[in-house]
Amino acid sequence: MDRKEILSELKKVLAPYTESKEMLAGINEETDLIKDLKINSANLVDIIIDAEAQYNIEIDFDAAEKMYNVGNCIDVISEKINKTA
Amino acid sequence: MGNRVVITGLGIVSPNGLNIPDFLHAIQNGISGIRFVPEYEDLKFNCQVSGMPEFEWEQLRNYITETSLYGLKGKGIAYGIKAALDAWTDAGNEIVSEDTLWETGCVFGSSVADTDVIKNAITRVDARESKKLGSRVVEQIMNSGVTAYISGRLGLGNKIINNSAACATGTQSILMGYEYIKFGMAKRMVVGSCEYVDRYVFGGFDSMRVLSRKFNNEPERASRPMSASAGGFVPGSGAGALILEDLEFALARGAKIYGELKGGSTNSGGQKNGGSMTAPGPEGVIRCIKEAIADANISADEIDLVSGHLTATIADKLEIQNWVKALGRSGDDFPMVNSLKSMVGHSLSAAGSIETVAAVLQLKHNFIHPNLNLEDPIPEILDIIGANNLPTTKVEKVINTVAKANFGFGDVNSCLIISKYNNN
Repeated sequence: MDRKEILSELKKVLAPYTESKEMLAGINEETDLIKDLKINSANLVDIIIDAEAQYNIEIDFDAAEKMYNVGNCIDVISEKINKTA
Repeated sequence: MGNRVVITGLGIVSPNGLNIPDFLHAIQNGISGIRFVPEYEDLKFNCQVSGMPEFEWEQLRNYITETSLYGLKGKGIAYGIKAALDAWTDAGNEIVSEDTLWETGCVFGSSVADTDVIKNAITRVDARESKKLGSRVVEQIMNSGVTAYISGRLGLGNKIINNSAACATGTQSILMGYEYIKFGMAKRMVVGSCEYVDRYVFGGFDSMRVLSRKFNNEPERASRPMSASAGGFVPGSGAGALILEDLEFALARGAKIYGELKGGSTNSGGQKNGGSMTAPGPEGVIRCIKEAIADANISADEIDLVSGHLTATIADKLEIQNWVKALGRSGDDFPMVNSLKSMVGHSLSAAGSIETVAAVLQLKHNFIHPNLNLEDPIPEILDIIGANNLPTTKVEKVINTVAKANFGFGDVNSCLIISKYNNN
């Protein structure tokens, strides 16, 4: 799965947690989850839980702390996917 | 004396109506919300009927944000949000304000936090999957969940309080809001209570043998307050909410006024002299009603309607005896009396606020709703207040003052006196 494919899947994972649907449609690797998508910081754990289920991976605490923008999320997810594969 | 307190908004989630117009129609026409529940037969409950609102999650879509609705699983909280926000808009307010409303607070009651949510937490944790619980569990298993959702949505900045006093919760919440305004601590309060009776709470009551079990095949006949053939209450679920305002505050914004909350009282018999964990002591009940009348600065003779607690257990007879002593009225001189539970069952913490909404509607629209299933009143009740005060069909009558009381486990009593608003 390349970064573009992961980004497209990530949109579906983020969708329930943001009211900014237009912003979500146009996200890129620089998009900040809290500042740009206005996601409640408490919901970041829900996004991690959903991403774990979506990609069948495990995201540990250290990796989770890096997931504050779309690019970081893709970094963590692609690294874990490649480890599993 | 303190500030005068008026009622400017109503909201309801009831087994026989999900909004005020439908609920008004239902209580005017004696429409029952009690239904047979196949699951309860499967669970081998003695009582297999209940009053459950026809609520669907989709109905909350325009009430809270999509992100907030996603992940909300607690039905009691959901009922509370709907009733409170309906009351807020009924009072002529916008749901979203830019700034914190420092003059407005919330007292909302509940009994147990939603056990469906708790069950999910227990199951996950015991399976060593606590990691998968996510961020939305704590806010829904905390008792103050419902007030947190309501106050956050409306931006309320005054006192935000969740209270719990079993079946006296609803009237007690309303009374607390009233006192904050009366004594100048708030200008406006969102008050009410909610309850979602799930299978676990239901099972607890069923095991106490205090529920109706002889009318499982005729659900609408199962809730029979004051009836000689009553054999226990029918659990119900729902929420009721009111907007209380300082009179001057309400007049200044040109609010419509349903009525004036003139006074009230809450106390306990201390579980002595006939009072216990499960039964209200007569002395405490009588004092509570008398104190409410004194607080309202009215005479007991002015009461046109008693909206009783009257659950359809053996306590009904004793309750009427207590009212007779507290009001000093009997026979044809006793006011008309009714029990909303004959239509919707007993929704525990929510009962007081749902019944107060019904009381305010009767006051506003000048009628007394029927007591369903009262074809055979308890003889001892007939002996002391007569048959004329137990209407079985709607009575059209000018209602100037209504007394509303509830009595809860722990021997806690709560009574409100509500009158038409007079500009004098």
